[in-house]
Amino acid sequence: MSLGRLLPFIGFALIVALLVFGLRWNRTHDMNWVPSPLINKPAPEFTLPLLYDSTKSVSRKELLGKPWLLNVFGSWCVTCQDEHPVLMTYAKKFGVQLIGLNWKDDPDAAKRWLAQFGNPYDTILVDTDGKAGIDFGVYGAPETFLVDGQGVVRYKHIGNLTPESIARELDPAIARLRTERP
Amino acid sequence: MKRIVLIVVVLLAGLHAAFAIDPLPFKDRAEEVRFQKLTRQLRCLVCQNQDLADSDADLAKDLRRQVFQMMQEGKTDDQIKQYLVSRYNDFVLYDPPLHAGTWLLWFGPFAFLALGAAVVVTILRKRTRQPLAAVDSEEDW
Repeated sequence: MSLGRLLPFIGFALIVALLVFGLRWNRTHDMNWVPSPLINKPAPEFTLPLLYDSTKSVSRKELLGKPWLLNVFGSWCVTCQDEHPVLMTYAKKFGVQLIGLNWKDDPDAAKRWLAQFGNPYDTILVDTDGKAGIDFGVYGAPETFLVDGQGVVRYKHIGNLTPESIARELDPAIARLRTERP
Repeated sequence: MKRIVLIVVVLLAGLHAAFAIDPLPFKDRAEEVRFQKLTRQLRCLVCQNQDLADSDADLAKDLRRQVFQMMQEGKTDDQIKQYLVSRYNDFVLYDPPLHAGTWLLWFGPFAFLALGAAVVVTILRKRTRQPLAAVDSEEDW
């Protein structure tokens, strides 16, 4: 058989290969995932009131010096409820402080939610109108940001954290910060 | 009866549109047109096949309000787009800008076109070179 006759079959095989690649790609990649332009850039400025004491507030500046995790959540968010037990288990194991951003939520509903399921956060900031969320490029809770001691965003996870994603991505990212520290 | 059903359907359809567009205090028609044009070029991050003008998502409402507010502050369309791109990536733009990360997206189709043209040209050349040989056997194609 000449190469000319094989050509259509080679073409067909290539198209099948592309199809298989596409199917596999779709299975391992979330189509809604949008890479954050904030990675390795300074975290946006904010000054936000605390959930449990609205007379006090915390700003980005006050958090400089030590790395911190920012977890965006809301009592209205169904996936946050899935993520919540994972945070309860891992909050103390991360080795960095866990800050909650109560995003576009009613503070009283948030308090009830935390009273029912437990509070894994060291500090909870309130962003009722969602402005700080926009500055962080949040588009779907839950989202988690790792910010280093210099206030630079180092890692972002969109969607619920799972033991697998923590072991694969978040823990190594925190470990990298530790090796950098003088 | 049919007419009533039709009226109800039309009213319901209008209701949906009314929910998507929150009343913003535009000072004139020109500003409203500019707002509509701008939000049609921006993608809703939550329901990614909808533009910002069209989307009912809560975040889209917030972003529309943000766009409106920035227009009031006298920001240009480019500044507003830049504001969103710096937070949500090029992905918020329906029209992706040309840079190193997107050249495949821009020129890939032309590469495929060129590849197809090359295949067609080689096949045609082969055929014209041996016009009678192919007629001999039927399975030869």
